[in-house]
Amino acid sequence: MPDYTPHTDAEIDMMLGFLGLDSVEELFAAIPAALQVSGGLDLPQGIPEPDVAYAMESLAKLNTGGASSMVCFAGAGAYDHEIPPVVRALGGRSEFVTAYTPYQPEVAQGVLQAIFEYQTLVARLAGLPVANASLYDGSASVVEAINLAVSASRRAVVHLSAGVHPHWRSVVKTYARGTGHTIVDVPLVNGVSNFDAVAGGEAPGVVVVGYPTYLGTFEDLGDVRRHCDETGALMVVAADPIMASILKTPGSQGADVVVGEGQSLGTPLSYGGPYLGLFACTLEQVRRLPGRLVGETLDIEGRRAYVTTLRAREQDIRREKATSNVCSNQTLMAVVAAIQLGWLGTHGLAQVATRCVTATRYLSDQVTAIDGVTPLLPGVPVARDVAVTTPLDASVVLDRLADEGFLGGLALSSLTDEGDGSVDASVRDRTILMSATERRTRTEIDALAAALTKVVSR
Amino acid sequence: MNLATSAAPGGRAASTPLLGDAREPTIFEMSVPGRSAYQLRTTGIPERPLSELIPSGALADSPVPIAEVSERDLVAHFTRLSHRQFSVDLGAYPLGSCTMKYNPKLCDTIAAMPGLADVHPGAPASLTQGWLAILVELEESLCEITGMAAATLQPSAGAAGELTGLLLMGAYHEANGDRRRRVLIPDSAHGTNPASATLGGYDVTTIPTDERGLVDLDALRAALDTDVAGIMLTNPNTAGMFEEDIAEIAAAVHEVGGLLYYDGANLNAILGVVRPGDMGFDIIHMNLHKTFATPHGGGGPGAGPVAVSQRVADFLPGPKAARLADGSYGWITPERSIGRVHGWHGNALVIARALTYIKVHGGDGLRRVSERAVLNANWLRKRISKNFPAAYDRMCMHEVVVTGTELKRQTGAKAIDVAKRLLEEGFHSPTVYFPLIIDEALMFEPTETESLQTLEALAESLDRIADEARVAPENLHAAPRTTPVRRVDEARAARTLVPTQDARIEESG
Repeated sequence: MPDYTPHTDAEIDMMLGFLGLDSVEELFAAIPAALQVSGGLDLPQGIPEPDVAYAMESLAKLNTGGASSMVCFAGAGAYDHEIPPVVRALGGRSEFVTAYTPYQPEVAQGVLQAIFEYQTLVARLAGLPVANASLYDGSASVVEAINLAVSASRRAVVHLSAGVHPHWRSVVKTYARGTGHTIVDVPLVNGVSNFDAVAGGEAPGVVVVGYPTYLGTFEDLGDVRRHCDETGALMVVAADPIMASILKTPGSQGADVVVGEGQSLGTPLSYGGPYLGLFACTLEQVRRLPGRLVGETLDIEGRRAYVTTLRAREQDIRREKATSNVCSNQTLMAVVAAIQLGWLGTHGLAQVATRCVTATRYLSDQVTAIDGVTPLLPGVPVARDVAVTTPLDASVVLDRLADEGFLGGLALSSLTDEGDGSVDASVRDRTILMSATERRTRTEIDALAAALTKVVSR
Repeated sequence: MNLATSAAPGGRAASTPLLGDAREPTIFEMSVPGRSAYQLRTTGIPERPLSELIPSGALADSPVPIAEVSERDLVAHFTRLSHRQFSVDLGAYPLGSCTMKYNPKLCDTIAAMPGLADVHPGAPASLTQGWLAILVELEESLCEITGMAAATLQPSAGAAGELTGLLLMGAYHEANGDRRRRVLIPDSAHGTNPASATLGGYDVTTIPTDERGLVDLDALRAALDTDVAGIMLTNPNTAGMFEEDIAEIAAAVHEVGGLLYYDGANLNAILGVVRPGDMGFDIIHMNLHKTFATPHGGGGPGAGPVAVSQRVADFLPGPKAARLADGSYGWITPERSIGRVHGWHGNALVIARALTYIKVHGGDGLRRVSERAVLNANWLRKRISKNFPAAYDRMCMHEVVVTGTELKRQTGAKAIDVAKRLLEEGFHSPTVYFPLIIDEALMFEPTETESLQTLEALAESLDRIADEARVAPENLHAAPRTTPVRRVDEARAARTLVPTQDARIEESG
């Protein structure tokens, strides 16, 4: 059976002879015989590439809900944006794809400079001076931001807004099992964090809010900053990088750490991964920064060069005292984000953001004009995502919309835990979170509204 | 005929051409106001002023500046950057501990199929049966390969898998009414192990390595008590040696009620040969981007699935994909799940690549992978032993740690000098100064996809470098001289931090 190893039988014999061995089995003489696998692994026989391709294509065909076969109105932190051929071509270059971490900077200037450009862009969108070279995804970035802020404030109480993506909040709580941080949920009232509801408890070391919230609403970051100042907490903002281009930056409004999900910056929906964890912070916190950081310097001939820096924070050097355990990150997605942002440019990114806002508003207006369909938060401005309540169970509505060729959104009941403080229990089961990106047309939105009209009147 | 030298090495990158040595401007320096590349869909949606839609206090006066370049310049810039980057596709990358094997192109093609890449992670199970089948099949395959009962595919990388495993360890002990505070870790371990243990809420007790390059059994026994939650081991260890006493280690740790955690970074050595579950391990993470050939992407993405024995399975993160009673696929959450460790389902496209790789190989093929990885490492170990003796002079597994101590004593050339000089020869450097316990360590992991001719060329380069060190050590100190930049001033980078273009502009005033 052919595979990817180059060895001929003659070469194997020669190599074994060079080692003074008679068989390949002798290579494993150090492994106690009683432990060794006898009779081989119970896996199907290997099959040639074309057969594997056929098998995987057959599985892919069972994914009838893909954005290439249905019109996608699903968002909730994962968005169907334009990714042009030029970004796919450059991001697919094997020099970027098949390199390892840039441990030898002399032969890794390509990735290092691309990351330097990425860090610059993330820092600008955050309104902060430093951004790292990426983390796994938005949820991982929130976890790391909390760890940084607890370390800086020396207080382990976390005020976590219910406006932060529900899955990210779950991840935060999972990791708190290890760190022992106390996670206090801050409920939303009319789409805004209600810190009064958690007043009187132990003072937090960290406050985390979404911007926009996962329901698409806007926090008043000035109020959040005041809450932080009153309690001495660091302010962590989970921001959407597309919306960030047209909003006042979180950094300019007092955020100490800005995190986010960077999937919107050139990464396909990918069934949820690999995505891109954005992370930026103030200079004051740079020595607590998790993960890799690229800095500019000079080589011995005085040429501009890039290198990973402030390495003494990292796990391979500091071991149990490191600021984080992260090693592999999402460099390729970060390089792709730099390329995608380069393609969009200043005005293209703002244009995408503007179109997302107007399309989501148009979508909201069209569907809430349907008898029985109402906004979850009437009169509250939303961008990016909009939550609408229907007369029927949300998953039933979404199933029926799928029959009409639409991925209509996400049922809030599939996204949130019961009583999580973000949505009224009486409407949770009937509420759908929808989104329209710059790829959605008026015709598609009108068709969705027509289909929804049919579904809810049935 | 000498088989080793009768063909030209495919893995030597020294012939790659570069035009000139001018610096590459940043994309910001190439920016010209008013230039653009983007083209968006015609939507027909009526335009409205943003001030009507967004709270006025939130809107910025002007958009965040990005860069303004043409599509042609964008392509030129990132293509030139790619030419300043070493990669597996270019040449041999014997970076120890990182398993830089060839990444089959089929896997990229599969991961790019719209039926996989364009699927929203929140789409209901009824519309994503193919994806769920992929997740279940990979979980089952990984369990068979490792000898475990169940797995989570959520962790994004090895370190995330380690932390997940440690949280599982904690949940297991807690369910037994047990609060244990210590984790044992050998001094040869990857840095992620102790860093993860801290985040898992544990104190680390370091176990020394003995003169064989293996866990010091007496020291281990002395450290064991009922406060020990478990031990983190990689086997073969980071010195490339198989922990021969693993059965005794497992028995001793289990004796005090502890669990064994397997760091799967070195799994490429043992596929189809020996399984962590059969060695007595309870929890294992795998690095799909090492063992299962998914590309490293310049530092990521990876994927770090965690497989566990039956007694830990109830605590796995959820939701996880499962085959349901009616034969369809859906999501289940284990009874006493620790919760989510990923925003969605894990690095799904990496998972699809790994399954593709496993399907091509099958059980036999995977064993062949490990056999040839170990054969290559041992051939190289012996071939270079004159100038670069192995730290532990006996059979190694998939990688070999050699020491440059003697060369340094004779010539003043250090391991880092050898590593930098090797770049001029068209090879990526080995891992240097790791594991920390070996003086002047150079860790080579040739992987199974490099040919004998490439290994011979690598060995000849190392011979040449050693000879040169004896007559002209300054060449080694000066290396590399043929790369896009030469040795970089790392102290300056840390002292005068320039992490963004904007920091540079502010600095230069």
